[in-house]
Amino acid sequence: MRRTPLYDRHVAAGAKIVDFAGWEMPVQYPDGVRAEHMAVRERCGIFDVSHMGEIETVGPQAEALLQRLLSNDVSKIAIGGAQYSVLCDEKGGVIDDLFTYRLERERYLTVTNASNHERDLAWFRAHAGDFDVELHDRIDDYAMLAVQGPLAREIVQAISDAPLPARMTAATRRLGGADVLVCGTGYTGEDGVELLLAPADAPGLWDELCHCGASPAGLAARDTLRLEACFHLYGNDLSLDRNPIEAGLGWCCCEDTGFIGSEAIREARSVGAPEKLIAFEIDGPGIARQGNPIVGGGVVTSGTLSPCLDVGIGMAYVPAGRIAVGTPLQIDVRGRLREAKVHTRPFVEKKA
Amino acid sequence: MAEVSYPDDLLYHPEHDWARIDPSEPDLAVLGITWFAQDALGEVVFFEPPTPGTRLVKDQPYAEVESVKAVSDVVAPLSGEIVEVNDALADGPHAINEDPYGEGWLVKVRMSDPAECEALLDADAYGASLG
Repeated sequence: MRRTPLYDRHVAAGAKIVDFAGWEMPVQYPDGVRAEHMAVRERCGIFDVSHMGEIETVGPQAEALLQRLLSNDVSKIAIGGAQYSVLCDEKGGVIDDLFTYRLERERYLTVTNASNHERDLAWFRAHAGDFDVELHDRIDDYAMLAVQGPLAREIVQAISDAPLPARMTAATRRLGGADVLVCGTGYTGEDGVELLLAPADAPGLWDELCHCGASPAGLAARDTLRLEACFHLYGNDLSLDRNPIEAGLGWCCCEDTGFIGSEAIREARSVGAPEKLIAFEIDGPGIARQGNPIVGGGVVTSGTLSPCLDVGIGMAYVPAGRIAVGTPLQIDVRGRLREAKVHTRPFVEKKA
Repeated sequence: MAEVSYPDDLLYHPEHDWARIDPSEPDLAVLGITWFAQDALGEVVFFEPPTPGTRLVKDQPYAEVESVKAVSDVVAPLSGEIVEVNDALADGPHAINEDPYGEGWLVKVRMSDPAECEALLDADAYGASLG
């Protein structure tokens, strides 16, 4: 089991620690998931996401390799830009969903999901042979903190030596006493930044940001927040047996770049997917969970109680004819049928 | 959240459930989950009480408590018929975390075999079983 540089902080704060993808991570702190969730929606939360992986691609053909591997058009990433994409196999199945930052003209950093890092790295390496690039596994070189909420930028800006990079861009800043790659990205649906820095600097920055008003939040709140925002979670909404078209991620696929899987995805896009991912809200009590079947076809991939809406929400694959907002669904929740309706996305809008 | 406690006046089942028997009503038992169980679950977000009249079988699950990420069975420490349920929990189950032995009670049963109490643990034995 691995621990992040902030493990002792989490234990000292009374967090409940769980095994997540081989890492001992805080799932919640003593005040509870709802309080952490609302802190992010209303003020500012801070997450230790140091378990996530990083792969650096460097060299004259860095863009060319990434163009081959990533679904999106990598040539569109300016220096200092950020881009979301999926990593697919030849059949168009999703291996992972990723953010890639262009740090320099020929240097890119791709952030991977903790559960997929080793597989992603092996995939990158297996396909890099023909390209003039160097690949570096940087998982041990970076800790990562996510600071999210309407006050997040204000809090981080106050300790920064220069204006923070805008949404979907990344730049190095000095925060407190540390050099930090500040990324205008996040997984909560609120504004905020994700901070990549040397592991040794992480505890000091965590302390400073908490002191400035960021509330520690754990993995459970991370899940309720992302689900209200309808962001995908690999292993739930994304998997090797679903292609991006089914998952609603056709927008980040540019088949013309010829990435691995593009032909299968081009086909899926033109033929249409038999099932598509939708968001749903339960009518009344009950919480649907991953694996709950939908009556008439389909399956729930993610489900929870929404802290903001106080109702069961989730995402599910349903037959293509049933994706219209308002379509009634019946979900078999452990033998009990719960009524639900297809819902617009996201469930909760970002605070202005 | 509540402080760790295992009250002396309760009987305990190894699957982290408690039973309270009031000497003035010796064939009735109030049931709930222990501090250990609610702590392991984290914040409870959903509990739907079973209906009165439902029969419980000792050692079998009779209900579920849900946290944001998971669903856990609640095991019956004793057999019997449910005569009353804690309806207040349907509006908000936080009492299960905050007061697991008081406001967080789940059901009241009329025991079908009070001798089953002898198989339950006292507070010391249950506490010791937690390691």
